[in-house]
Amino acid sequence: MKSLELVNIRKEYGDAVAVDDMNMTIRKGELVSLLGPSGCGKTTTLRMVAGFVAPSAGSVLIDGRDVTHRPPYERNTALVFQSYALFPHMSVAQNVAFGLEMRRMPRAEREAKSLEALRRVRLDHLAERYPRQLSGGQQQRVALARGLVLNPDVFLLDEPLSNLDAKLRAEVRSEIRGLQQALELTTLMVTHDQEEALTMSDGLVLMAGGRVRQSGSAQDLYERPADAFVADFVGRSNVLEGRVEGGSFRMKDGTALPGTAVPTARYYTLRPEKIALTSPDQGVPGTLREVLYLGAQTEYTVLLGTTPVTVIRATPGPDDTLARLRPGDPVGLRWNSADARLLDS
Amino acid sequence: MRLTSLIYRGTIVIAYTVMLLPVLLLVVTSFFRDAIIAFPPTGLSLEWYRNALTRDEFLSGFLVSVKVAAIATAIGVPTGTAAAMALVRSRLRFKAAITTFLLGPIIVPGIVAGIALYLSYLAVQNRLDMDIVGTLPGLIAAHVLLTIPWTVRVVISGLQGLDRSVEEAALNLGARPRAVFLRVTLPMMRPAIVAAAMFSFIQSFENLELTLLLVGPGMSTLPIAMMNYLEFQVDPTLAAVATLQIAVIAAMMLITDRYVKLSRIV
Ligand SMILES: Nc1ncnc2c1ncn2[C@@H]1O[C@H](COP(=O)(O)OP(=O)(O)O)[C@@H](O)[C@H]1O
Ligand SMILES: [Mg+2]
Repeated sequence: MKSLELVNIRKEYGDAVAVDDMNMTIRKGELVSLLGPSGCGKTTTLRMVAGFVAPSAGSVLIDGRDVTHRPPYERNTALVFQSYALFPHMSVAQNVAFGLEMRRMPRAEREAKSLEALRRVRLDHLAERYPRQLSGGQQQRVALARGLVLNPDVFLLDEPLSNLDAKLRAEVRSEIRGLQQALELTTLMVTHDQEEALTMSDGLVLMAGGRVRQSGSAQDLYERPADAFVADFVGRSNVLEGRVEGGSFRMKDGTALPGTAVPTARYYTLRPEKIALTSPDQGVPGTLREVLYLGAQTEYTVLLGTTPVTVIRATPGPDDTLARLRPGDPVGLRWNSADARLLDS
Repeated sequence: MRLTSLIYRGTIVIAYTVMLLPVLLLVVTSFFRDAIIAFPPTGLSLEWYRNALTRDEFLSGFLVSVKVAAIATAIGVPTGTAAAMALVRSRLRFKAAITTFLLGPIIVPGIVAGIALYLSYLAVQNRLDMDIVGTLPGLIAAHVLLTIPWTVRVVISGLQGLDRSVEEAALNLGARPRAVFLRVTLPMMRPAIVAAAMFSFIQSFENLELTLLLVGPGMSTLPIAMMNYLEFQVDPTLAAVATLQIAVIAAMMLITDRYVKLSRIV
């Protein structure tokens, strides 16, 4: 069942197009991440769902109902703002109960419900505090409780982890995902962090310049990127320019790579961890330029002709021949041709 | 480095001394026994306070001042707040021009505004054949010209610091615009409005220049009563009145400061 549907939605600001004919659906209980670089139109999309921005064209459907022209307070979405936007003059409990109060729920009932929501985010002991007396992480949990207490049709999160320090981030990530799954909340999350998107979502929508570049599961985007931009943005990728010529893919510097699957291809993309390092006589020969020790993994930069290619391998043990490699050494690169993706654009 | 910091501190100390020393002297002399101020005094007394509190002109002046300031504040603060909201929030044209116009009375020297008002009151009075100069409504109308600009100024700065997403959060949680205004916007503006009310009240309460030509018989404000007294007497009664006045204003500021940090507004 589709809980949220955007149909050909579009937003123009003067001459600038912030969101361009976008289509998207989220099924009930799913979390979909809207991923993309800064300024690509993610927040604008989110605000059109919440009702703060009127689309220039297209429609927003929630549970099959067209809400495009309904004001925010008639939509039953719950938006967690990037800045949390708590009411500074209300206690934590009053903040959480506000939405229920607006729905005219009797006092005793709404107090019980808010306390339950606060318990869900483990803040029931701070119910009488004011927002300014809480840490950033705690404020965010109040914002989450304030939204989920309403049992919203669509839960909207705008860069929920961006204001937290790195340590807290992993924790909050699994907490949000846990709540979302336990309560089966249909959720649209906006983020510019691909790791966040890959780890938290049932589905991803990758945007750039106001347009959807690709949507699908994390595996779809990672393993089968639709274009070079997607390959580069999701995870790390070697994006090599060139064209198919005489039985191989020839890079601009003339180096030939195995693979002709797409005769019109202009890009050859390859994940760093799919490449094996061997001796120069087995595989495409190149020169090692740099070795970066990352702990569990080691990152090698290899020049094929004049083009740098990144290779990531598990850090070799002391007896491994790889451990003796030094910059300047000749090496060979080998990969499964099924792991290479040839792309038109 | 050290020298500039020294000059900076020195300047502050001198400026405060110049401003506060006369006030301090005023307070001290209000307790001197001598009718003609002399150093050192022959003794201390509360005689002048007794005189200040029992003379009719000061008591009635005080009451008129409070009445005028309270009514002018009650009119100016809601009006000025509404104007400030429109200026910050709406898509009004000529915003800058309107703002300057509304703040105008703060910029125009009081005595100039006072004369201008006096002359226009006279003109209107002649046309309509009714009294305006020397009446309470005439005086209050003039003081609203003080309370509106002060309110506009303080509330605009308060509104500019207000996070719009908090109001959007309320809309998102199901509050209609009216409820958003009453439950979120207004409470968040409360510090600015309280400060605006206090400033307005004080500005009106202590105003002399604008008031000078507009008072009538039995309608003197406290500052006017003090000035009139000064024409005939030079004993420290005035110092006592002024000390009381300073105490009242300081108390108001301290009470307001409990609700809003004044340093954040001016
Ligand atoms: N209110 C607005 N007026 C004009 N342009 C806007 C407005 N809001 C957003 N934009 C523009 O639309 C584009 C998308 O913005 P936004 O949705 O905030 O991007 P993101 O959230 O992906 O960083 C940007 O180029 C931004 O400058
Ligand atoms: Mg954004």
